Amino acid sequence: MELDGNGIAGTMMGVFGHEMTTEFGTCASCGARSMVGEFRVYLRAPGVVARCRHCGSVVMVFVEARGVTCVDLRGLAALDPA
Amino acid sequence: MAISRGFQGRRRGDADPTRVPPGQYVTDDFPVLSAGPTPHTPLADWDFSIRGAVDRPVAWTWNEFLTLPSETVTVDVHCVTKWSKLDTVWKGVSLDTLLDGVETSAEHVLAFCDGGYTTNLPLEDVTGGKAWVAYEYGGEPLEPEHGGPARLLVPHLYFWKSAKWVRGLELRDHDKPGFWETYGYHNYGDPWKEQRYQGD
Amino acid sequence: MERAALPGGLTWQLGTVVEIVDETPRTKSIALALPAWPGHRAGQHVDVRLTAEDGYQAQRSYAIASAPEDDHVVLTVERLDDGEVSPYLVDELRPGDQLELRGPLGGYFVWEASLGGPLLLLAGGSGVVPLRAILRHHRVVESTVPARLLYWARALDDVIYRDELMANVFGDSVDIRFTLTREQPEGWRGWERWTDMELLQEVTWPPREHPLVYVCGPTPFVDRATFSLIALGHEPGRVRHVAFGPTGV
Repeated sequence: MELDGNGIAGTMMGVFGHEMTTEFGTCASCGARSMVGEFRVYLRAPGVVARCRHCGSVVMVFVEARGVTCVDLRGLAALDPA
Repeated sequence: MAISRGFQGRRRGDADPTRVPPGQYVTDDFPVLSAGPTPHTPLADWDFSIRGAVDRPVAWTWNEFLTLPSETVTVDVHCVTKWSKLDTVWKGVSLDTLLDGVETSAEHVLAFCDGGYTTNLPLEDVTGGKAWVAYEYGGEPLEPEHGGPARLLVPHLYFWKSAKWVRGLELRDHDKPGFWETYGYHNYGDPWKEQRYQGD
Repeated sequence: MERAALPGGLTWQLGTVVEIVDETPRTKSIALALPAWPGHRAGQHVDVRLTAEDGYQAQRSYAIASAPEDDHVVLTVERLDDGEVSPYLVDELRPGDQLELRGPLGGYFVWEASLGGPLLLLAGGSGVVPLRAILRHHRVVESTVPARLLYWARALDDVIYRDELMANVFGDSVDIRFTLTREQPEGWRGWERWTDMELLQEVTWPPREHPLVYVCGPTPFVDRATFSLIALGHEPGRVRHVAFGPTGV
């Protein structure tokens, strides 16, 4: 099921400690810079996968293991506020 | 923990512990989980290949694949997100059939798929009647959202190892973690030992 | 843009159901009393978590239907036939029950009067929920920003907040239109169309007026509407969207 970044607002709040959907992420694969709220998000998986809307590459992955949410941001070249 | 009065959730009670691994619940549904969009490869473009640390790579087109000897199996499947589905019926080609005649000293396999998904397994876990490339579920052609036209089926491990939209196996001398294994899931994934995450 | 930590957003809190109102045969609005609520902005949502007696949990996101100025936090939930959480919220939940939630969430999809307009709100089905919160807020603060809601529903019976929207209690600067895509009542003079470029072109302000657009609904609806708006020349940065899947997330 495909959603947009708003669907993981709560997860990101828990991991980063603040509102993230208005931050800008730069895709490490294609260089496109867009608001986190615009990422294509796949929630129904062993983890949460956010993909670049332009090229489809994975930009963020959240995995909850033993009560701790780990986030992998290797798919992002940059993550910055507006 | 705040209990929600009257909430049951979508699952069945009374799991048989000889059939349902620890921490799992049985479901009647077939949940769809995916890390990306559903690929739609035309069958005319589809092939299944075995390559990598082999003497000669082999590949089958869809029509060739359907002429291979197939089996219908009834298995239980267990997803790491805690649902288990019992007595699921699949039809497919055994990996023993596909690997028959493939000369290799490799011990590891990396399954690769349309959409970029991968998962790794020991070669001995996909041989000896333990794994199939399945193209029918419940007597019908496998639907795209469940991995159609064909997916890997390895029921003795957590279901993320049963890679959807599988296009082949890369045989390897050295193990290489696949998609979920890279993001923290267990490298092997035995549901009976609850090997969900790295370090379990 | 400020980076504001929202302590209320990090923790799960318990609310009490104060009132449940039938909106359509499949939809109800649930008003909650939340002692630890920090306040919210129109367009935000909450995560709701249900826990069964054996500890099993299920969690979904729901948009807030109430304006920040309203007395209670209201969630409007549509029952999905194969849903896990929505049938419980619509069929089982009673006034006096407790509900666990986390929020407010989502700074991406908020509107307040200072953001200006003109304001175009495109609602696909239950996507109308956060847009109604925006309109209620628009009314409370007596905003004169020109606003237009276009609401796609299958039939008149599926229109949520029907009385409120059809009577247009929101004032002169708000224009509300409906497009009923499957079934129309006799004498219907509204639209019957699905999303298309022509329809959007009729409804939206031209790009040179730089409207702020909020699109909310199922993913295919949001994709089509957003694609059409960009194709018509609207700036991507002024088109905000919230897409949800069939299970109401």
